[in-house]
Amino acid sequence: MRDDHIISAKHLSRADIESVLDRAAEIAADPGALADRHDGKLLGMLFFEPSTRTKMSFVTAMRRLGGDIVDMGPVDQSSVKKGESLADTVRVVEGYADALVMRHPLEGSAKMASEFVDVPLINAGDGAGQHPTQTLLDLYTIRESAGFDDLTVGIMGDLKYGRTVHSLAHALTNFDAQQHFVSPESLKLPRGVRYDLHEAGASMREHTDLEEVLETLDVLYVTRIQAERFPDEDEYRKVAGEYQIDAETLADAKDDLVVMHPLPRVDEIAADVDETDHARYFQQAHNGVPVRMALLDQILEGSQ
Amino acid sequence: MTDDQQLRVSKITEGTVIDHVTGGQALNVLAILGIDGSGGEEVSIGMNVPSDRLGRKDVVKVEGRELSQDEVDVLSLIAPAATINIVRDYDVVEKHRVERPGEVVGVLRCPNRNCITTKDEPVDSRFAVLEEGVRCAYCDTIIRESIAEHIHVD
Ligand SMILES: [Zn+2]
Repeated sequence: MRDDHIISAKHLSRADIESVLDRAAEIAADPGALADRHDGKLLGMLFFEPSTRTKMSFVTAMRRLGGDIVDMGPVDQSSVKKGESLADTVRVVEGYADALVMRHPLEGSAKMASEFVDVPLINAGDGAGQHPTQTLLDLYTIRESAGFDDLTVGIMGDLKYGRTVHSLAHALTNFDAQQHFVSPESLKLPRGVRYDLHEAGASMREHTDLEEVLETLDVLYVTRIQAERFPDEDEYRKVAGEYQIDAETLADAKDDLVVMHPLPRVDEIAADVDETDHARYFQQAHNGVPVRMALLDQILEGSQ
Repeated sequence: MTDDQQLRVSKITEGTVIDHVTGGQALNVLAILGIDGSGGEEVSIGMNVPSDRLGRKDVVKVEGRELSQDEVDVLSLIAPAATINIVRDYDVVEKHRVERPGEVVGVLRCPNRNCITTKDEPVDSRFAVLEEGVRCAYCDTIIRESIAEHIHVD
């Protein structure tokens, strides 16, 4: 099996992370410089569940490197619908492409798929599992906005099913970061993630109330709480309401607090936060392109 | 074990005696070995037999069958104190303790219904053995309590 698949943020060392972020910063400074770099290379897009942003940002990144994509298209029109196994699908598509990007609704799917292919595979989200490229762009945003030293990060929302949260929490154990997890009791971090953080010696605390920690935070990473996680609409509304922020909520925060969100948001961050200096989520989304260019460049170089 | 207790389960000629099994786990031991009686195996079980070391223990004797290392590895998850006695011609010729393996493959079923290993894919379940419990190598789910309930024998 190749060792350049990107499956989980757990496997990213501080050196790995910093080399991608440094390269991304060079690319961001001069985006046109790599226009012909991967002429003729093809990236296979395996999106087994809808994802507009992640997919668009990979397509943009690949085209800005001079390459192109091959896309299996929506799942409801593909052979998957006819019952083909994931293992078969990836073995077919690897023959068309120099690298694969996969989004799939089941946990562990990216790891399993990577065991069947000889081209590098990037996990673009596996169910409630991991989303390591999102984490790299999150880290890029954190580094440019707050730096990595002596960092206090609050992560709030759906911590149980939020794959971006799981990946980010793992990656932050590489840095001098205190992590505060804020969520309703029913959406706390899964046991597996807590286990890894303890193993890594991470400094972490869990809270149900943002007020307990807001004033100490350098970064507040907000995620969406989804209605379908709750048995009924009322229960959802009651819980979700407590994990929404607006400009007034942030009145007690540090002046240089950075508010992030993997997007799309619904109503967990009110529009009046956009007008404050705290808002960093659109910048964060834009950072996806140079970060994914850096990562694809590294992988496509290695696969030559 | 005194001779009196030994008599509760009959002696075997060739095979394996699994002794010092955690009380109440004998049927799970058989499940791990894939023994449900349909294969015609000759099996004797003692359940909740008094034991100096464990208070109560189970004993499983399987005639005509020696255990593989894989099977012994998995036994260690539910019966960490077990001893394996290989019997040939009425004599115990080998005696060893179980040891916890680094991982167990194809034996446990992941309790996460969203885990790729629970679907119709050509992949075995794979669990890393932790100090307490086991962990799915694909979806990271940790099982700590009642591991035996997740034993999956085809
Ligand atoms: Zn699993």
